[in-house]
Amino acid sequence: MSVFINKDTKVIVQGITGSTALFHTKQMLEYGTQIVGGVTPGKGGTEVEGVPVFNTLEEAVKVTGANASVIYVPAAFAADAILEAVDAELDIAICITEHIPVLDMVKVKRYMEGKKTRLVGPNCPGVITPDECKIGIMPGYIHTKGHVGVVSRSGTLTYEAVHQLTQAGIGQSTAVGIGGDPVNGTDFIDVLKAFNEDPETYAVIMIGEIGGTAEEEAAEWVKANMTKPVVGFIGGRTAPPGKRMGHAGAIISGGKGTADEKIRVMNECGIKVADTPSVMGVTLIEALKENGLYEKCKTH
Amino acid sequence: MNIHEYQGKEILRQYGVLVPNGKVAFTVEEAVEAAKELGTQISVVKAQIHAGGRGKAGGVKVAKNLDDVRTYATEILGKTLVTHQTGPEGKEVKRLLIEEGCDIKKEYYIGLVLDRATSRVVLMASEEGGTEIEEVAEATPEKIFKEVVDPVVGLTAYQARRIAFNINIPKELVGQAVKFMMGLYTAFVEKDCSIAEINPLVVTGDGKVMALDAKLNFDANALYRHKDILALRDLDEEDAKEIEASKFDLSYISLDGNIGCMVNGAGLAMATMDIVKHYGGDPANFLDVGGGATAEKVTEAFKIILSDPNVKGIFVNIFGGIMKCDVIATGVVEAAKQVGLSVPLVVRLEGTNVDLGKQILNESGLNIIAAESMADGAQKIVSLVK
Repeated sequence: MSVFINKDTKVIVQGITGSTALFHTKQMLEYGTQIVGGVTPGKGGTEVEGVPVFNTLEEAVKVTGANASVIYVPAAFAADAILEAVDAELDIAICITEHIPVLDMVKVKRYMEGKKTRLVGPNCPGVITPDECKIGIMPGYIHTKGHVGVVSRSGTLTYEAVHQLTQAGIGQSTAVGIGGDPVNGTDFIDVLKAFNEDPETYAVIMIGEIGGTAEEEAAEWVKANMTKPVVGFIGGRTAPPGKRMGHAGAIISGGKGTADEKIRVMNECGIKVADTPSVMGVTLIEALKENGLYEKCKTH
Repeated sequence: MNIHEYQGKEILRQYGVLVPNGKVAFTVEEAVEAAKELGTQISVVKAQIHAGGRGKAGGVKVAKNLDDVRTYATEILGKTLVTHQTGPEGKEVKRLLIEEGCDIKKEYYIGLVLDRATSRVVLMASEEGGTEIEEVAEATPEKIFKEVVDPVVGLTAYQARRIAFNINIPKELVGQAVKFMMGLYTAFVEKDCSIAEINPLVVTGDGKVMALDAKLNFDANALYRHKDILALRDLDEEDAKEIEASKFDLSYISLDGNIGCMVNGAGLAMATMDIVKHYGGDPANFLDVGGGATAEKVTEAFKIILSDPNVKGIFVNIFGGIMKCDVIATGVVEAAKQVGLSVPLVVRLEGTNVDLGKQILNESGLNIIAAESMADGAQKIVSLVK
């Protein structure tokens, strides 16, 4: 088991003929992901990497029976691509694109209310269920199948955490990058809920960063609902206030959204927070041992 | 992106938001001329810098005649203002706003921001105008009123009215206040603002609702569709290295330390600063080369880091996903050859095409110290710059 995606997930690549999309379509195919089609308006009827290209997502879904999409469409057109995915009634749309204007996302999020589709991202690395399905841009080889769920606002920090776990012989059930934008489709709580309900996930590592209060809200949720151990990390302890640290959402403003405040609330809610990014794996392993889960999670 | 107060007011005027008459001046003569043109008894000389707290720092003066305007303009132009938002080094004043004086009856606060918790734009207001909204939130949170805006219909008149009554705008002026708020909201969405703050909004003796100050910030991701806003960018207000970085779509922020950092991904870049600090070092910058960087961009990033005279060592920390390690390696080697590498360089590579990346570095003949992990790299660079 896993969350959101598995070996049966059939994926359409929106914006498949762009150079980034092409590179990663190839990588996803090599990983074993079922990429059943792509969409680029005007390129319908052609083929790339052996994958048929369609003019519209609706047609792509009708022909291929896809239930998921990954979006590499440029920022100016990405919000529209998400809306297209929602109207195609996909189960999940994963948006990799960064730099989407935030007011576009405000409208998208409003439009999605009550609709079937789950949006992950934008500005995220994607979702991977090791050995089954990789949707996004993460390097596949660092992952191992297993029982730890990973959820993060940062792509590269997700890789860092996964890499540490794999090296220590701890596999992952699913790793979800929720993205670094202030308005996103899936938040920490959505993913934590899914991990809590997934019988194959035994523990979770959540990686946050400065800006907003999503980590604090997630920590409160964990305290009230989570039956599995959760550890964390927060990036940006040394970030100066008032400066946007790369991610549109990573900014300390009006004294809100500091790493120290997030770490304090997480600790209060029973989430052990790693001191440095290089001990995220070790911190998770300690929690596994304390909860008698280490042997069950070890893959070799 | 930030703009100046006078530019913000110009935009608001286009949306029917009432602002005092005023004119920008770059010299003392222009300031006097502007005051003459305004023709009002009293005028205000306001320093234009991208920071709040100008009044307290002596950057805002009320002039009773043209001689006063000349005196104050001479005093403020070229002066370095230090406010709670400028940092200790302050900011030099190069522009003034000369504005008609107005008879203030009462000051209020009105602001529009993106509320991350609801993913909506929120209108905030208070009758405690003139003070920082954070201070009001701290001391008297019950005095702040909020309206969450549904993007389908935008700010509604009843919401604006409710705010106006809640903050005790005199009832004969509620209609004007509603028009003010609706105009402000339209400006916010049409120009892709990230913040629109009017502090203070004033009610005047002659019964007008006016924006006495205006702080507009814009969503950098939306500037591609607002060439008019982009034209208002004032490079004097920005860090030279940050400007250079933005030309190459690099996300760079200057810091005070001596360890240059080049990282891919914002989260990892922040965490790299954290870990350098954890091992006793001081990062000179935040630098995310981004996902789609080319070797040329990496070369430029490297040059920018090396242009900081404080940099005594460089830590490159890459975990390739969308970013390929061989691209980073090629860029690093190219930059080192172009500018001549005079400081220690520690490189940690992991992820997509890592073997190819390591091979390029090894075969370059450069003196590069390889790191096995983030912690290893951080410790190595910290000890090398000591």
